[in-house]
Amino acid sequence: MPSKAAVSRLSTLGRWRLAEILFWLAAAASVPLLTEHHLVLTEIAIIALFAVSLDLILGYAGIASLGHTAFFGAGAYAAGLFAIHVTNDPLLGLVAGAAAAAVLGFATSFLVLRGADLTRLMVTLGVALVLGEIANKAGKITGGADGLQGVFMAPILGRFEFDLFGHVGYVYSLVVFFVLFVVARRIVVSPFGLSLLAIRDNPLRARAIGIPVNTRLTAIYTISAAIAGVAGALLAQTAQFVSIDVLAFHRSADALLMLVIGGTGYLYGGIVGAVAFKVLQEILSVWTPQYWTFWIGAILVAIVLIGRQRIGNGVMGIWARLLGKGGAA
Amino acid sequence: MSAVLETNALVKKFGGITATNAVTFALEKGARHALIGPNGAGKTTFINLLTGVLEPTSGRISLDGKDITNVKPEARVKMGLVRTFQINQLFAGMTPLQALGVAVSERQGRGSDWRRVVGTKATVTDEIVEVAERFRLIDVLEERTGNLAYGKQRLLEIALAFACKPRVLLLDEPAAGVPEAERAELLETIARLPDDVSILLIEHDMDLVFSFAKKITVLVDGTLFADGTVAEISNDPRVRAVYLGEGEHG
Repeated sequence: MPSKAAVSRLSTLGRWRLAEILFWLAAAASVPLLTEHHLVLTEIAIIALFAVSLDLILGYAGIASLGHTAFFGAGAYAAGLFAIHVTNDPLLGLVAGAAAAAVLGFATSFLVLRGADLTRLMVTLGVALVLGEIANKAGKITGGADGLQGVFMAPILGRFEFDLFGHVGYVYSLVVFFVLFVVARRIVVSPFGLSLLAIRDNPLRARAIGIPVNTRLTAIYTISAAIAGVAGALLAQTAQFVSIDVLAFHRSADALLMLVIGGTGYLYGGIVGAVAFKVLQEILSVWTPQYWTFWIGAILVAIVLIGRQRIGNGVMGIWARLLGKGGAA
Repeated sequence: MSAVLETNALVKKFGGITATNAVTFALEKGARHALIGPNGAGKTTFINLLTGVLEPTSGRISLDGKDITNVKPEARVKMGLVRTFQINQLFAGMTPLQALGVAVSERQGRGSDWRRVVGTKATVTDEIVEVAERFRLIDVLEERTGNLAYGKQRLLEIALAFACKPRVLLLDEPAAGVPEAERAELLETIARLPDDVSILLIEHDMDLVFSFAKKITVLVDGTLFADGTVAEISNDPRVRAVYLGEGEHG
């Protein structure tokens, strides 16, 4: 029956596309092929995971946040303190980071859900600023402005010791990233994930078809916070240090920037954005160490004004023309 | 006949204005009932009270004899009280297939399931097929909602509500703005809604009211002005004076 066939295509949302598989194969290939870049790749994996967590609330549930680093920072400090005071097993540390961030996310979700966009921006920003100041003032616990020192991690699973060049740290970060990405990917194509899209598109109608809007938003906000917390925990563990910078405003802004560069609402935008952001940062900071933020800013303005779609079309157009010429010659 | 949806002395005040004034109303099981009234008569407020978007100042609402006055809007939907909107309230970024998938999953209580890919359960897809066929959306299931012809969007508007398996369906001007060419399909679909669904139609279009409804309630200035069969209402001189006479152009 043709109608059945059409409807059965709903579940193909969950199917892995070729481009995705190639992407993750390429990511895996970076382990043996790009050994010299493992430190920066670790950083990319961590900020990409962080950006993906932000995409879950921004791209899927329509919650704009200027303070998502509150959860990144909470996860980082929780993992760092957990390693110092409880046990330095990395995986348990990730759980601690996720749990701390999830609790914080759940508690603050009720503040965030109260208002509309502008209120949300201010509330999220406020929460992150407050946490930053607490971390700064509670120097006895957090190390204050000097950062949290003395984080020494045990080998992963008791076997793989973190090395100075970051090889183990990179594989570890990439695997954790991949696992959480698969979870996030499943969430967004589930009935739960689709109900978030419905809420994002039209909260009035979402409620009118029986979706408990606030419950769903609280749930995704908590999940997103937990994932951001794991990203923070990864940073604490691989750097074996927690800088107060994990709660700095620029981290929230950078994550938003990555989503602007890569696009929201399809999860890979965070990854594309993180890679582009970090690569641009590396190139520009070598080329013009003092002014690289100027160029990042200029590129951002260009992306927003011209539009990602049109840039994409332009690049494809040039590409097609080159191919066309090649064919004619 | 027993009432499925009832209000008892329902009042809603906005500051000094009384938008709904002691309305006692009953919708019978399987009803084809129209709610009419001039602009500003309080029809929208009344609907918002029924669905729980607004809280009444006083009075009670009951569904199947159960007091639902303090039940949340989404919980009322799960109890079978569902509405459509006068202005389409669709999910612009989703296809009709996805939107129906959400509605059906939610209705079956799978809305918080995050482990399963949507639409992998036959019970869900079967129900989507059923709704899509009833509302003639099969051919456009995978188009962008925003690109659909207006008549199809209007059908989707009702289909989303129908996917919630309503026992009471509130149709708010279902034919509003639909071009003549697409009107017949829409009206036919509405006429063929199952008998066990009780329907309250809020409408300006008197042709539609007279062809569809068996009973009519007239609301004027927030007050229940007249209530009766189509024949009674259309012959009521008071109704003709306040409403039908001036409503003919609208």
